[in-house]
Amino acid sequence: MFGKLSWDAIPLNEPIPLATVFILIIGMSGLLTLVTWKGWWPYLWREWITSTDHKRIGVMYVVLALVMLLRGFADAIMMRMQLALAAGHAAGYLPPEHYNQIFSAHGTIMIFFVAMTFVIGLMNFVLPLQLGVRDVAFPVLNSVSFWLTAAGVLLVNVSLGIGEFARTGWLAYPPLSEIAYSPGVGVDYYLWSLQISGLGTLLSGINLTTTILKLRAPGMGYGRMPVFCWTALASNLLIVAAFPILTATFAMLLLDRYLGFHFFTNDSGGNPMMYVNLIWGWGHPEVYILILPAFGVFSEVIATFSGKPLFGYRSMVMATMAICVLSFLVWLHHFFTMGAGANVNAVFGVATMIIAVPTGVKVFNWLFTMYGGSIRFTTPVYWAIGFMVTFVIGGMTGVLMAIPPADFVLHNSLFLIAHFHNVIIGGVLFGAMAGYTYWFPKAFGFRLHEGLGKAVFWCWLFGFYLAFMPLYALGLMGATRRMQHYADPTWQPFMVAALVGALVILLGIILTIVQLVVSIRTREQRRDLTGDPWDGRTLEWSISSPPPAWNFAVLPTVSGPDAFWSIKRNAPNPAKQSPLEPLRVPTHSPLGLLVSFFAVLLGFSLIWHIWWLALVGLAGAVAVCVRHAWRIDLEDLVSIAEIAAHERKHQTQVFP
Amino acid sequence: MSVEIEARDTDRAPGSHRSSRDRLRSYLVGVALAAVLTAASFAASSSNVVWSPSIPVLLAVLAIAQMGVHLVFFLHISSAPDSTNNVLSLAFGIFVVGLLIFGSMIIMANLNQNMTLNDQMLDMHLQR
Amino acid sequence: MSAAVDVAHSEAPEGAPLSQRGPAPTRVVAAFGFWLFLLSDIILFAALFAAYAVLAGSTNGGPSGADLFNKRHVLYETGCLLASSFTCGMMMIAMDSRSTRLTYLCSLVTAGLGALFLSLEFSEFADMIHGGNGPTRSAFLSAFFALVGTHGIHVTVGIGWLAMMVGQVTTIGFAPMVVRRLFCFSLFWHALDIVWIGVFTVVYLGAYQ
Repeated sequence: MFGKLSWDAIPLNEPIPLATVFILIIGMSGLLTLVTWKGWWPYLWREWITSTDHKRIGVMYVVLALVMLLRGFADAIMMRMQLALAAGHAAGYLPPEHYNQIFSAHGTIMIFFVAMTFVIGLMNFVLPLQLGVRDVAFPVLNSVSFWLTAAGVLLVNVSLGIGEFARTGWLAYPPLSEIAYSPGVGVDYYLWSLQISGLGTLLSGINLTTTILKLRAPGMGYGRMPVFCWTALASNLLIVAAFPILTATFAMLLLDRYLGFHFFTNDSGGNPMMYVNLIWGWGHPEVYILILPAFGVFSEVIATFSGKPLFGYRSMVMATMAICVLSFLVWLHHFFTMGAGANVNAVFGVATMIIAVPTGVKVFNWLFTMYGGSIRFTTPVYWAIGFMVTFVIGGMTGVLMAIPPADFVLHNSLFLIAHFHNVIIGGVLFGAMAGYTYWFPKAFGFRLHEGLGKAVFWCWLFGFYLAFMPLYALGLMGATRRMQHYADPTWQPFMVAALVGALVILLGIILTIVQLVVSIRTREQRRDLTGDPWDGRTLEWSISSPPPAWNFAVLPTVSGPDAFWSIKRNAPNPAKQSPLEPLRVPTHSPLGLLVSFFAVLLGFSLIWHIWWLALVGLAGAVAVCVRHAWRIDLEDLVSIAEIAAHERKHQTQVFP
Repeated sequence: MSVEIEARDTDRAPGSHRSSRDRLRSYLVGVALAAVLTAASFAASSSNVVWSPSIPVLLAVLAIAQMGVHLVFFLHISSAPDSTNNVLSLAFGIFVVGLLIFGSMIIMANLNQNMTLNDQMLDMHLQR
Repeated sequence: MSAAVDVAHSEAPEGAPLSQRGPAPTRVVAAFGFWLFLLSDIILFAALFAAYAVLAGSTNGGPSGADLFNKRHVLYETGCLLASSFTCGMMMIAMDSRSTRLTYLCSLVTAGLGALFLSLEFSEFADMIHGGNGPTRSAFLSAFFALVGTHGIHVTVGIGWLAMMVGQVTTIGFAPMVVRRLFCFSLFWHALDIVWIGVFTVVYLGAYQ
């Protein structure tokens, strides 16, 4: 009746998960009680949960990312503490079977539910505004994408309290992840959670690519799009091309686990190396999916705060599209040591070194943009400068490991760990924080506290270097990844230093929360009345903060890059404003939430082998989609009066 | 019924501006060509007329040709400006497909080659 | 700093290239989005093809494709699918002339041919499984069943979608939304035939080389 599910699934004899779940339940109940007591449900339901507005969905993605950052970082602190303690004969406080779940959860959550989510959230919020249009190509699908991601998040978090998580690392290599060696539910939680959220991500990739290619303001040809839109295009094309590989590979592993297929088993002709090959065919484009939007954020930030157009627009675009294509040509560098011959290794080694070149082009373009500009050293610029130094170091260690003989020494050592944290934190996270700070006023109508923002930056910068530079040294000394304890006590000082670094980052995260609270409380001091707090160059700054649901009353006509900058410089006459027409905006829709509800049901029941419930979940998801297909009242009408009132109000704030 | 933006003359989905008769002709030619190519594939596969080591290449050529026929005559891919995005994305897709399939085949063959077999495993391996 | 947009009307200048004409109409947007989805689906199949290509030789001492496949059977399956692609094209022409009767007829034939294809495939699978050559027998058979089976699942979903579209034509008529979706269905159906070309060439005919 309930498949493999029984009361044993609850980890009553494991204090840490139990305590965490307890705190989570208390916290969630408290939040739900507060919302109910204050009567916020109708507002939240109508304006956020069922919203199809890209701005709302973008904000929800970022909120999800920040919340999951806490969970992923908690895993990180636990690992650092364990390693700081477990030298020589000491065993630390985390037994290996728990430690393995923690590093697997840490990687899975950080990549899929923090980095991807943050980046997709920023792209969602910003793209239609920069492109000068009213929404993305498929607004309801956008909501479905978000809620499917949230469904994946829910499943991963449920694994904390009901059952277990995978112990295989964040990519779940077979044969360890096969049913013979991981008979529990952990790998199934991992696989179903990622299949569901992966579908959401794929749909998002389709949505945003279509938006960029087919929905732009009149006059905005490809050569007049902001560079952020170009990097978003490359990133979303990579999502559309790479995520199906992940889906197929996980499907094959699921077939092995559930139906006894032999794709990657040790016996009957299966080939576990094929999994490694396929999964990195996805995995390498994935890291470019993460970094390209961050590059775009920095292009916007540096140009705006240098008061100059971005240097080398064309070379930036070409470098971006080159990275897009080249990212598919290097995947073997993740498994140089798996046994391919020297020739094959050499080809991919060279290709990996080549892919560093377009990134170098970008760095020089950013530097040349800053040169000769009158730079305002705001928090986003701090993140940008920190990024340029940190990411370049990380890139260099990557090129170092691109040499196969070097990689034979360093593969799966702490040097590798340091490298990818170097580029992901220095690149993706710094970019996300820069974008968060830069576009926060547009989303909410007031700027974040500047001083606290800079404190957050310094904590992350110092914390990162303190936490990961020792790991480079340890890697060269022979320390491997994913080890729960180590024999050589001379490594311990490095591990302790790394722990201190992690604690400094923790301070940074705490200060981020403090910054948010303080900024909200004192928001009147930093109100963004004009919609253009930074003297920006692109179209999102031409509308109010926060923008109305319809974004632009009249779609702007664009005649060159940096569209808003030329509008400002040509001192437009407000009297020439074109006549307003009533507008249709997509109405709210519960489809996303409903599909995801049934997806969670489907996923959970498949994990626990509750077959009848799985059928209910599948049937429900299909039924909800079919019901939606018959909906014809998909848009709300906005009257001229409402638009005009909003425009008048905005005008009086811009020209007081 | 929700209101649609009026379609401008040139902004249609690829191929949708052609007349009914053109469309019919396109499908008829397409299905005829596809049938011929299919028959040729099946014939080639079991024929003695073609030099046998070249049959896989012939089959590949025929398959690619037939996929092209489908793309042009059924899916109306063309070089018109409203089709450019479709063509470029298709090219990117083909690039990834090719890399994935041939890259995997080359890499896995290379890996398998380097797996050493002891006598017992060699016997089992040869027994298939 | 003005946020006012100083244009008389939101139109690009005459003779501007397509990329500067502003947002595309909904029909173009929907068709392109669906095109991208199809490309992603093709890449999904490519991963399965890659697995098949690598594992085709791993028969675990069991039969290979040459021992199991029946070329005549595959020829019939191919014929069904190709014919259904043609009738799907006819359905699009019927839709353009807004003839419900013709649309129903063409969709019925298309679905029927698809169902015939599926029954042929189902019988092939059933025979193999009954003979002890199911997907758990060897890596080759796992890859075969996964690749060909995934194609079959897509065809099944397609037939279900077609049935739903006939329902929409009946209840809503040829509204722009319904026309868009039928167009997307035809793209899907043709793409499945393209994938089948790969399947019958690589899997079935390729087994004999």
